Amino acid sequence: MTTTDYERNIVLSNVEYNVVGTRPVRPDGADKVTGRALYGADFDTSGLLHGKVLRSPHAHARIRSIDTSKAEALQGVLAVVTGKDMPHEADESDGTKYSRDNILASDKVLYKGHAVAAVAATNPHVAEEAIGLIEVDYEVLKPVLTAPEAMKDSAPILHEGLKTEELGEKTDKVSNIANHFQHVKGDIAKGFADADVVVEREYNTVTVHQGYIEPHGATALWNTDGRLHIWCSTQGAFTARDATAGILGVPVSQVRVTPMEIGGGFGGKIPVYVEPIAALLSKKSGHAVKVVMSRAEVFESTGPTSGSNIRIKVGAKNDGTITALQGYLAFEAGGYPGSPVNAGAICIFAAYDVDNVLIDGYDVVVNKPKSAPYRAPGAPNAAFACEQAIDELAGKLGMDPIDLRLKNAAVEGTRRPDGPAFPRIGCVEVLEAMKNHPHYSAPLGPNQGRGVAIGYWFNIGFQSSVNINVNSDGTISLIEGSTDIGGTRASISMQAAEVLGIPMEDVRPSVVDTDSIGFTAVTGGSRTTFATGWAAYEAAQDVARQMIERAATIWDVDKDGIELKNGVFQSKADPELKMTFKELSGQLLDTGGTVVGRASMNAGGLGAGGGSFAGNIVDVEVDPDTGKTLVTRMTAIQDAGKAIHPSYVEGQMQGGSVQGIGWALNEEYYMRDDGSMANTSLLDYRMPTSLDIPMIDTVIVEVASAEHPYGVRGVGEANIVPPTPAIANAVHSAIGIRMANLPINSVAIMEAKWKQQGN
Amino acid sequence: MPAKTYVRTIINGEHVDFLCEPRQSLLECLRDVIGLTGTKEGCNDGNCGACTVSMDGRIVTACLVLGVEAEGKEITTIEGIAKGSQLHPVQQAFLENAALQCGICTPGFIVSSVALLEKIPQPSEHQIRFWLANNLCRCTGYDKIVRAVQDAATKM
Repeated sequence: MTTTDYERNIVLSNVEYNVVGTRPVRPDGADKVTGRALYGADFDTSGLLHGKVLRSPHAHARIRSIDTSKAEALQGVLAVVTGKDMPHEADESDGTKYSRDNILASDKVLYKGHAVAAVAATNPHVAEEAIGLIEVDYEVLKPVLTAPEAMKDSAPILHEGLKTEELGEKTDKVSNIANHFQHVKGDIAKGFADADVVVEREYNTVTVHQGYIEPHGATALWNTDGRLHIWCSTQGAFTARDATAGILGVPVSQVRVTPMEIGGGFGGKIPVYVEPIAALLSKKSGHAVKVVMSRAEVFESTGPTSGSNIRIKVGAKNDGTITALQGYLAFEAGGYPGSPVNAGAICIFAAYDVDNVLIDGYDVVVNKPKSAPYRAPGAPNAAFACEQAIDELAGKLGMDPIDLRLKNAAVEGTRRPDGPAFPRIGCVEVLEAMKNHPHYSAPLGPNQGRGVAIGYWFNIGFQSSVNINVNSDGTISLIEGSTDIGGTRASISMQAAEVLGIPMEDVRPSVVDTDSIGFTAVTGGSRTTFATGWAAYEAAQDVARQMIERAATIWDVDKDGIELKNGVFQSKADPELKMTFKELSGQLLDTGGTVVGRASMNAGGLGAGGGSFAGNIVDVEVDPDTGKTLVTRMTAIQDAGKAIHPSYVEGQMQGGSVQGIGWALNEEYYMRDDGSMANTSLLDYRMPTSLDIPMIDTVIVEVASAEHPYGVRGVGEANIVPPTPAIANAVHSAIGIRMANLPINSVAIMEAKWKQQGN
Repeated sequence: MPAKTYVRTIINGEHVDFLCEPRQSLLECLRDVIGLTGTKEGCNDGNCGACTVSMDGRIVTACLVLGVEAEGKEITTIEGIAKGSQLHPVQQAFLENAALQCGICTPGFIVSSVALLEKIPQPSEHQIRFWLANNLCRCTGYDKIVRAVQDAATKM
């Protein structure tokens, strides 16, 4: 389809600004279309060595011994490190031990690909040869690969010291269950007793990877003065600094991280992997050492997101009022505790205002790579289950699935099952935009089906810092610490430009290292345009205040009588007294020196701005003979609060939608019984290509958040929440079978059809 | 260390000679020997397209070409797409259509798209999607990339 009779990208705005809401070219664009932008692997410095990592061939084994002597003897090798080079203190906490062991195993390997040793050599091929000369003696143990298996009493135990935390209390029970928690609201038994209709089903999702195109890469130089400098591709320079310092047991002041451009992350470049290894190799060799992962290492050794086992039970009255929602979520954490089950539990029923809710969450260790955040971590798994259950309920009640959601939709004041009450949110507005979209009533072809779903991500605020230097030519230099993963230099600059009444092109943003700006949390949690943008707004306000004072000095009037309007400083009393931003900028040096605006703030915690709701309308076509499923049309709807740069908001929505298509239909860690992943290449772990998908139409809904000065809600994540259930619902609409397990590939569909036919 | 081979090429219109080991890929030679880091490595096995370059007019993934195979070849990398300070219409269209987010796949997409428009000046949406199917992008969902190529086609 190349022509349409409707608008493909709709922005439902109700407030207009001069710069905010426009679509300028991004400030870092020229470097990124000409190949000049430097990413993690592009860094070079004098005397650079190349590091390679030896990784476990076993998913679960005890390390008896490691012999590195042959590797050390190889010509061109300058350093070899193992877990013994980690600073394991006598009083090391479990958490610290886990974080160090995940970088370089000390006693056990817990997944295939777990790092056990590393080599620095004069070139990468020599380093590769050298790791092949390292001899590791393993006692191979039986692996356990899924949460339901790992929770059994008979399961192999990953950590002999891991005692289950049960409802907030530490127990003495050693198991693979790191934590069991509950969220309780109302009386679940009463809720089901009040129900006329009950739907109950179990769902499973498999391990999938963030799939960023740039593998992890870092260069470290542990200098002779004791200072460690790291150049890496990371979602957060300060987070990388703090994590690396903690792992290496050095003060944060000893570590400086310079963030390179980042080639995608989606949460997966929040943790550090190669940074501490490169640092240890540098310390030992006295050279800068660069370590860049291969694609197979990215799959086997960095955080994918959790596979999960989820059970949903929902009860409703015949009129569609939902009386009870019950969820059981068991998430695979990977080799060390810390799956996103908590976030999944926050989001699972967030779209619904229901009196009686019970959620049980389990964080379970298994012999797979330690999970890392992946775009709205935990929420897509949760929505895959919940939103299919709601669809099934709508079918049983004979109700339109959007009407059923609207009848029970969360609004301002609705208490989330995990406690907090929502501020102003756009759940209803997103559902209404879905219902009103021409896609929802368009005719379907043969073998096609349509599904809808809504999803929630809570967003985070956290800390951001921005400095603004006013240049004498009327431009500003904006210094910030948020690595730009998808156009945030633009969305942050635009908020400063709006305050000062200057064009966005007059803002020169720089993302700088950890010595050059105040603490700034990760680019993640949909926080960057929200929080760092807000800091830019405050820093620009600081500039405006100082420049008004300067104008007052120059004009010899009271500063309260001067205002900044559309880039012009003017006296409220005397219309003759006015200067443009540019004119005043040119006078700063001679009237007291340049103006530097600053802001460092904490933009709130979890749920900052109220979070964002996103919905999908999806059409699929299922080949009746092969089960091959194509998404033929997809519309993404999301509450952006206020879209600062609508093109990049649309881009987030489209990107999240297509990751969701991959997750729904095709992507999975195909695991062998021995715990090895069979598909460690981008050929076999097949992410959607341009040929697999249609255009993704978007509707940006703008329900301003109460907190942010322009009403922004972060938009990076909620968009990946509804696709998997919307696609599953569409497949159900096409073939009449409820697909409760991911991925919904040809094999799954044909097996389900044969099972239904009794074959 | 294996003996190195002397390789003569034309890269982005200039004569470039370099020494490489037989085991080094063209991608390694471009990035680590010659210093042209605009060509990116995403997978090193020909499946992501981030290292797409043009060799004697044909697009190839530089990770699947050996450095020694470049002998006598004319190669265009992302660094050779703009004419001086004048961006190619495809580069300009990527900027104006917000067709990149993180930008790591962008050099490969631009090299592929330029080659497409040289071969098929007015491609259909399907032709664009088919041609670009060996370039993976994880950020954009391809929508704005396809539009950028459509936009560039109207301006060439």
